[in-house]
Amino acid sequence: MELFWNQVLAGISTGAIYAGMALAVVMIFTAIDNFNFAQGEMAMFSTFIAWQLIQWGMPFWWAFVLTVALSFVAGIAIERALFKPLAKAPILTNVAGFIALFAIINSVAGLIWDFTVKPFPTPFGTAPFLGSELVSTHQAGMIGVTFAMLAFLYVFFRYTRIGLAMRAAASLPESARLVGINTSWMIALGWGMATAIGAIAGMLIAPVVFLEPNMMGGVLLYGFAAAVLGGLTSPLGAVVGGLLVGVFENMVGTYIPGAGNELKLPIALALIVVVLVFKPTGLFGRTVVQRV
Amino acid sequence: MRNGLAYGVAALSAIALALASGNALAQKKYDTGATDTDIKIGNIMPYSGPASAYGVIGKTEAAYFKMINDKGGINGRKINFVTYDDGYSPPKAVEQARKLVESDEVLLIFNSLGTPSNTAIQKYMNAKKVPQLFVATGASKWNDPKNFPWTMGWQPSYQAEAIIYAKYLLKEKPGAKVAILYQNDDFGKDYVIGFKKGLGANNGGMTLIEESYEVTEPSIDSHIVKLKSLEPDVLLNIATPKFAAQAIKKVAELNWKPIHVVTNVSTSVGGVMKPAGFEASQGVLSAAYLKDWSDPQWKNDPGMKKYVEFMDKYFADGNKLDGFTVYGYAVAQTLAKVLEMAGDDLTRANVMKQAASLNGFSPDTVLPGVKLTTSATDFAPISQLQMMRFKGETWERFGDIINAEDGGS
Amino acid sequence: MTGTSASRSRLTFSTVSSAVTLAALIAIPLFAKNFFVFQLTMVLIYGLAVLALNILTGASGQFSLGHSAFYAVGAYTSGILIEFAGMNYLLTLPVAGLVCFVFGFLFGFPALRLSGIYLALATFALAVAMPQLLKVGAFEHWTGGVQGLVITKPDAPFGLPLSQDVWLYYVTLAIAIVIYIAAVNLLNSRSGRAMMAIRDNQIAASAMGIDVAFYKTMAFGISAGITGIAGGLGAIVVQFVAPDGYTFQLAIALFLGMVVGGVGWLPGSLAGAAFIVFVPNLAEGVSKGLSGAVFGVFLFIIIFLVPHGARQIAILLQNLFVKFRTTQGGHHA
Repeated sequence: MELFWNQVLAGISTGAIYAGMALAVVMIFTAIDNFNFAQGEMAMFSTFIAWQLIQWGMPFWWAFVLTVALSFVAGIAIERALFKPLAKAPILTNVAGFIALFAIINSVAGLIWDFTVKPFPTPFGTAPFLGSELVSTHQAGMIGVTFAMLAFLYVFFRYTRIGLAMRAAASLPESARLVGINTSWMIALGWGMATAIGAIAGMLIAPVVFLEPNMMGGVLLYGFAAAVLGGLTSPLGAVVGGLLVGVFENMVGTYIPGAGNELKLPIALALIVVVLVFKPTGLFGRTVVQRV
Repeated sequence: MRNGLAYGVAALSAIALALASGNALAQKKYDTGATDTDIKIGNIMPYSGPASAYGVIGKTEAAYFKMINDKGGINGRKINFVTYDDGYSPPKAVEQARKLVESDEVLLIFNSLGTPSNTAIQKYMNAKKVPQLFVATGASKWNDPKNFPWTMGWQPSYQAEAIIYAKYLLKEKPGAKVAILYQNDDFGKDYVIGFKKGLGANNGGMTLIEESYEVTEPSIDSHIVKLKSLEPDVLLNIATPKFAAQAIKKVAELNWKPIHVVTNVSTSVGGVMKPAGFEASQGVLSAAYLKDWSDPQWKNDPGMKKYVEFMDKYFADGNKLDGFTVYGYAVAQTLAKVLEMAGDDLTRANVMKQAASLNGFSPDTVLPGVKLTTSATDFAPISQLQMMRFKGETWERFGDIINAEDGGS
Repeated sequence: MTGTSASRSRLTFSTVSSAVTLAALIAIPLFAKNFFVFQLTMVLIYGLAVLALNILTGASGQFSLGHSAFYAVGAYTSGILIEFAGMNYLLTLPVAGLVCFVFGFLFGFPALRLSGIYLALATFALAVAMPQLLKVGAFEHWTGGVQGLVITKPDAPFGLPLSQDVWLYYVTLAIAIVIYIAAVNLLNSRSGRAMMAIRDNQIAASAMGIDVAFYKTMAFGISAGITGIAGGLGAIVVQFVAPDGYTFQLAIALFLGMVVGGVGWLPGSLAGAAFIVFVPNLAEGVSKGLSGAVFGVFLFIIIFLVPHGARQIAILLQNLFVKFRTTQGGHHA
C-alpha cells in the first residue's frame, strides 16, 4: 500500500510539471482556438533568459519577475509580427508557422547556450516537504504556484471585463466586434499571457528536469494531452488533467508488468483518446453546439 | 669497357630495385578524397534533435583539424573536415553518408555518432569499401573485421565496461540486490547484457531488478522513487548525461545512499556532476579511460597542457569540464596519427591497414597506461578502463588499469 | 468564345506542366549522379506519403499528425517480409499497403468521434507511440528492437545495366504514377465528392444522405494504405528500418510537405516532398549552427508569400499562361 501512495505522490509531482504547461496551452487555445507547437520552446527560451540574468548576478525573484514581464511583451510582439499577417491564412498554414517558430527558437537557444544541461535554482529549496521524502519543498512550491496561476486565470476569465472580452473574441468574433471589442488585440493579449504562463511553468520545471534546449519537448506533449483531457477551455481542467496524467502514467509504469514501463507514454495517450471518444470535449470542457 | 658496363648494370639494377620496392616517397597512391595537398574527411554528428548534446564532439574535432592545418597539416596535406547533421535519425544518416561518399567524395568517414546511424550505414560503407573509422558508439558490434573489414570502433565497448562493474561488485558486495535503471535503447540494453555476462551464471548470486526508462520522459524521478522502495544495495545508473544527473540529484534528495554506479558516458564534471550537485555526487562510482580536466593531478601533465592550449586557442567557446571535448580531442588525434602513418599511400585500404596496426599509441588526453592497440583480428582500439570515485569536486581514480576484455580479476 | 479558349488554356497549362514534369522525372536519372537519383527517389516516396495526407486532410478534412506511424508500419512490414520470409521486394509493397489500409481503417473508427484539434491529438499520440511500440521487447525478434533491421537492396532484374539506385527510382516512379492517377480519379469520382462534401460541412453532408462514417473511415484506410506503400519503398531504398527513423519529426515533415505543396492539391505533393528533402540540406549549407533557425525562416518566408502553398504559385503561373495565350492568339470571335 505504501508503494501505491508513494507512486501517487510521485505522480502528482510529475503531474504538476504537466499541469503548468497545460495551463499555457489552455490559455493560447482560449485566445486563438488552436495549438501553438512552439509554446514549449518559448517557455524554454524564457527560462534561459532567467538563467542568464541570474548568471549575471541578478537575484532570483528580480530575474523571475523581469522574465515574466519580458515574456509577456515578447509573446505580444511575436504575435503581431509573425501571426497577425497570417490571420487570414488557412489554419493549417498557421500551424506550419508554429512549427517554423519552434525550429527557430530551438536552434537559436542551442547556439547561444549550447546543449549541455544547466542547473536552475529553485527559490523553494529541495528539503523534504513536511518531512516526507517523496515530495520536496520545491515540488510543493511548484504545485502551489500552479494553483495560484489557476486561481488567477479563473478570476480573470470569470470576473474581469478583459477576461470576458477575450472569451467573447475567441468564441464569437463577429458579435464581439459589434460590441466594440478589439478582437485583434485580444489575440495579442492572449499570446502575451500564454507566453508569460509558459515562462513561469518553465522556471518551475527546470530545477527538476535541468535546463537545456530540448527540455520542453516531452513536457509539451504531456501538456497537450493533459489540456485535452481536462477540456481545452478549462484552466481547472488543465491542472486536473496534468495531475491525472502524471498519476496514471506512474501507475501504469509500476503495476503493469513487462512492457508497462516501455509503454507508459502510449498507454497514457491511449487513455486520453479513449476519454475523448466518450467525452469529446474533455472532462471539464463545455460542449459546443454546432449549427449547420 | 666491361667495368663501365658492369657499373651501368649495377646502377640500373639498383634503381630498378628501389623502384620495385615501392618506396613510398617515390610513389604516391591516392583514393578519392586524397590529393597532394588535401585529405577530405567526412563526419556525421547529431547537431540537432534529441542527441544534440553530442554535437560538441564534432565541433571539437573540427577545431582540432584546424589546429593541425595551422601547424602544416599531415605530411604536408591539409585536412578538409566535412561534417553533416543527421539529427540522430538513421535515414538521414544514410543520406548524409551517401552525400559524403558520392557527392563530396571523401576519403573516409570518421567518428560518426550513434549506434542506429552507424548500423544504418555499415553495409553501405563496407559495400563501397570506404572506411567507417573510429565510430562514436560503444556497441560491441563494431569489432567484427571478418564480416565488416571497413568498420572500426574506438572507445571501450559498453559491454566491456559493464563487465568491469560486475566484477567489482562481485568482489565488493557479493550477494547484493542490484537495481538496474537503464535507458531503453541500444546503449542501455548493451550495458545490461554486459553486466549479466560479467556476473556469470545465476547472476553471480545477486538479485537483479531491472527498470527501464524512455528518452521521451521529462524526468526519471519517479523511477528512482520506485527503486528505492525495493531497498536495493546497489544502483546501476545506466543513463545518458541529463538523466544520470537527474537520478543523482533525486537519490540525494531521498536521502538514499546505495552503492551508486554511473556509466562512463555520464561522468562529465561539467555536464553531469555539477548540475546534479557536487554534494549529491559524492561517492558515485564509474570507470574512465580519459583524463579529466578538473582532476588536479593533471595540472602539469604535458598531454593535458597541450589540450588546454588547444582549447584556449581553437575552441575558446568550448567547456573544458565537458568530457566530450576531451573525447573529441583524443579521437581526432588518433585519426591524425593513422593518417600520418599512412604517409603517401592514402588509399582507403592502406588507411584501414594503418588503423589496424596501432601498437600502444597513447593520445594526450587518455589515462596513462591506457594504450590503443589494434590488429587484423582486433578492431577495438581501447579496451582498458580504470575505476574511479567522485570525491570533492573531481574524480579520484583507484585500483589498476583493467583490461576490459578479461574484465579484471 | 473566351470561356472556351480559357478552359482550353487551363487544360493546356496543366497538361503542359504535367508533361514537362513527367519528362523531367523520366529523363533526369539517365544523366544524374547516383546520389541525386537516390534523393529524387526519396522525393517521390515522400511525395506519395504527402499525397496520402492530402487525400485524408485535404479531401476528407480529417487532420492527421500521425502519418509517420503508417509509414513505419509499411516500412517494417516490407522489411520483415524481405528479411524473414524471403519475399520478393515488389510483392511486399501491396502487402504493406494492405496491412496499413486495415490499420488505418480501424483507426478511423474511433477517429469518427473526434474532430479538428482532438483528432490531431489522437493522431499525434499514434505518431509518438509508434517508435515505442516498435521497440517493445516482445517483438524484438522480428523488428530487431532498437537496433532495427538491415535490408538487402535489390539489383536490377534480368541483368539490366542499371545501378540499384536507378532501377529502384524507376520502380518508385512507376508506382507513384499509378497511385497518383488512381488518386485523381478517386477525388473526381462520386466518392471523392462525397468526401469533400463531408470536409466542407459534415452535418449537411450527413443530412443529404452521405454515409459519413463509411467515407471517413475509407479515407483513413486509403490514406494509410498509400503511406504504407511509401514506407515500404522507403525501407527498400534506405536499406534499413529502425524506430528512430519514424519519430514524430517525420509526421511533422509530412505535414509541412502538405502545407507547402498546397493542402488538398495533389500535384503539390511533389513540391512539398521536394521541400522536405532539399530545404533542410540547404539550411545546413547556409549555417551549420543555426540550421534549424534558417529552415524556420525559409518556412516562414514561404508561408508569408504563398499561404496556400505551391498551389498558389501554380494558379499564378496558370493565369500568366492564359494571359499570354489570349494576347498571343489575338481575339478569336
